[in-house]
Amino acid sequence: MPTPRALLAFVVVVPALLVQVTVLNRLPLPGAPPDLVLVVVVALALVTDRSFALLTAFWAGLAADLVPPATHTVGRLALVLALVGWLAAHWGEQVAEDSDRSAVGPVLVVALVAVVAGLLDAAVGALLGDPRITWSALASSVPTAVLYDVVLAPFVLPGVCALARRVDREGVFR
Amino acid sequence: MRDTRRTRLLLALLLTVSVTLITLDSRGGGGPVAAVRGAATALFGPAERLAAVIVHPVADAVQNARHLGDYRQRISALERENAALQVQLRTSEAARRRAAELDRLLRVTALGQYHLVPARVVAVGRALGFEWTATIDAGSRDGVRPEMTLLNGDGLVGRIKTVGPTSATVLLLPDRIAAVAARLEGSGELGVVSGRGRDALEFTLLDPQAAVRVSERLVTAGSPNNVPFVPGVPIGTVTSVEPTRSGLTRVAQLRPFVRFTALDLVGVVVAAPRTGPRQALLPPASARG
Repeated sequence: MPTPRALLAFVVVVPALLVQVTVLNRLPLPGAPPDLVLVVVVALALVTDRSFALLTAFWAGLAADLVPPATHTVGRLALVLALVGWLAAHWGEQVAEDSDRSAVGPVLVVALVAVVAGLLDAAVGALLGDPRITWSALASSVPTAVLYDVVLAPFVLPGVCALARRVDREGVFR
Repeated sequence: MRDTRRTRLLLALLLTVSVTLITLDSRGGGGPVAAVRGAATALFGPAERLAAVIVHPVADAVQNARHLGDYRQRISALERENAALQVQLRTSEAARRRAAELDRLLRVTALGQYHLVPARVVAVGRALGFEWTATIDAGSRDGVRPEMTLLNGDGLVGRIKTVGPTSATVLLLPDRIAAVAARLEGSGELGVVSGRGRDALEFTLLDPQAAVRVSERLVTAGSPNNVPFVPGVPIGTVTSVEPTRSGLTRVAQLRPFVRFTALDLVGVVVAAPRTGPRQALLPPASARG
């Protein structure tokens, strides 16, 4: 894996995790809070290749499993985010082919990925017998998460994508 | 881009690793995953404390946003005032609120004769997993151990789940896996208060015949040897009583004294009183809310 890119992923994902637990999760919003880590993972998946997106998403999920207030089973978010990162890269390629430089495509990818991530995490949780997963919790968390993530996307995507492209241009690889 | 075969192989590999981790961690009881989690707590705890210090002006502004909402009309008239002055106002408001919280915590300490370690909530976990958990900035070096009671000036907050050197993870009362034995203020009837994944709590009476009325208040009943809950900590007020469903249990809805979405200053009970304070910690009945 090219190192400047890996460094970039580290520099973007770790602060995103910290902002997630110290700020976003504390916002007095109804439903699930906006998921900055997910949006960052999608942003990186949109501008890099599939295997890099997949690896970044996996370790971002693993870090989210381990970052302190988390008490759920380790590996759960790693599984969800790895699949979601792969899907985001896949859909990102299609979006890039369909329309170049349009802002709607990437935001649509974020929305789709947020739905898949919410449902997949709930499914894994239900399989593991987590009593927190209920229909009512799901009904309030998935739509709100999608809404907040879509609102967050226009603020996060351009910055991360521009940063990644710049690293790619100036880096020694490719 | 076109290396689909390789990425599929990589995807399969990473999914296998995830499932292996899940299996290892679900078995519970120590193991390598617990060790990794401990290391992550030691690593991320200080990072979160630092992050909390940096983002605190933002967090304070968010906390104060509610109060500001009440004064929206006045604020719109003052909006042309210096922006720096507004920031200053907000931080001093936050400081005053924190001082008031500390006052109430001290009152609880004095009345309940608890030995408390004060701490602040630095991070909250509620993302995809529907969890009600938080990180506090006190850890094993401050005398905090797993399964200790956590409270603030208003009442019961939760219990300590895992402890790192300088931080600890707390399971908050609204979490669906949280439950605490509780006692009705007047009759002393016992029951279990459990989290429902939202702000309201649920109280299940042990005796289905026992009377429970709206606006009755609850305190913790205390656990054997005060682990994880010390007795006498206020929990909440009954808001509605559901008619007996199966005839086996009676269920009441509670409004907790603590506002779990706006937690800041908390106290960890490191030593319980020799005798339970009974209902001494409940606020006077007239000043309810």
